[in-house]
Amino acid sequence: MSNEKKTSKLSILTKGIIKENPVLVLLLGTCPTLATTTSAINGLGMGISTLVVLVCSNIVIALLKNIIPSKVRIPCYIVVIAGFVTIVQLLLKAYLPALDSALGLFIPLIVVNCIILGRAEMFASKNSVVDSALDGVGMGIGFTLALGVMGLIREFLGAGTAFGIAIYANTAVAPAGLFILAPGGFFVFALLVAAVNYFSGGKAIKKKEFGCEGCMLVDTCGGVAAGGCAGKEADK
Amino acid sequence: MTGILAIMMGVILTNNYVLSQFLGICPFLGVSKKVDSAVGMGVAVTFVMVLATAVTWPIQYLVLDRFGIGYLQTIVFILVIASLVQLVEMTLKKYMPPLYKSLGVFLPLITTNCAVLGVCINNINDGYNYVESLFCSAGAGIGFLLAMLLFAGLREKLEDSKGIPECFQGIPITLITASILSLSFMAFSGVVDGIFN
Repeated sequence: MSNEKKTSKLSILTKGIIKENPVLVLLLGTCPTLATTTSAINGLGMGISTLVVLVCSNIVIALLKNIIPSKVRIPCYIVVIAGFVTIVQLLLKAYLPALDSALGLFIPLIVVNCIILGRAEMFASKNSVVDSALDGVGMGIGFTLALGVMGLIREFLGAGTAFGIAIYANTAVAPAGLFILAPGGFFVFALLVAAVNYFSGGKAIKKKEFGCEGCMLVDTCGGVAAGGCAGKEADK
Repeated sequence: MTGILAIMMGVILTNNYVLSQFLGICPFLGVSKKVDSAVGMGVAVTFVMVLATAVTWPIQYLVLDRFGIGYLQTIVFILVIASLVQLVEMTLKKYMPPLYKSLGVFLPLITTNCAVLGVCINNINDGYNYVESLFCSAGAGIGFLLAMLLFAGLREKLEDSKGIPECFQGIPITLITASILSLSFMAFSGVVDGIFN
């Protein structure tokens, strides 16, 4: 019994890292993924900031899940999340001003990161505080790792450095600066998703197109819209 | 006047919200399979962006700054935008059913669209005055609409293409298309500065 419980706790923690990696498998949070991975450090910084907000908001929402009326749950979740984002924003401004100015607008925009609202709606509102915290840690680590890897690739190709240390930056080989600009972001992300597809035989990613299938918020946004998911409805 | 024009051109072409600032990627990739729905989404986003700026700019300067509670910006803005979108949806449903039919389905998606919150915060950070802010938001929306329209057109053509490697089908090839579109928009950088300075 206790053994079974332990494995389930472990699986809650680990599923976010690889099997349900929020960026590369669930394809959520594309905006910060593309925008903040201009270097490995920026990617990791964004990942860790999101991890902190995700864990804190998951814990608080799990604690409040019986108090919040279900009709106004989304605004309540947003207030909780926005509160923690503000705390992270102020802490970064005070102690890591360089990272704060590199990430800029994307720190306040953690509020609208669909991974956080998605986990609140899908997991924290239905599970215990400990499980929600573990889920937050797992998902946060998965997000951080994906952003770190993508940042490292883009930094290596685009600036010839890794974590700010010159690898081939000052040699005769000129780095392809395009990779730290916008097109490179889309391109590297495309290659990473294709790689996940290739190595899993096309099975890992359930979502074949961007859209509502597999979207965590499909109940939320679909519930508000006229009967179905807005994006899907409009495509018909 | 040239100032406003420069802001608008900048935000439509060189600093396009989707293609060079990575804001609003979710609807850009999600609702761009058909040209019709892409245009609907673009118009709805433009509308909400201008409206949200019209409301959040006075809140920032008349309430938050005046009482020294600027740190509450994120919380206040997201709540204002969320309730505003809800209000617009209800108003359209009651008084303009035809408009609601074409734009209404997109509205709930817009609440969590980072481009809307992004443009409101950017207008404050850049220190624009009220009129400049409104035009900057309109420009950002038009830029979004332009990107959506071009991208949806490209994707409709892509539907017929054969010979995409298996692991690139679907999402990866969509992202590669976005990459090439973003590359072509980079050609505009410098053009706007060249015209107005």
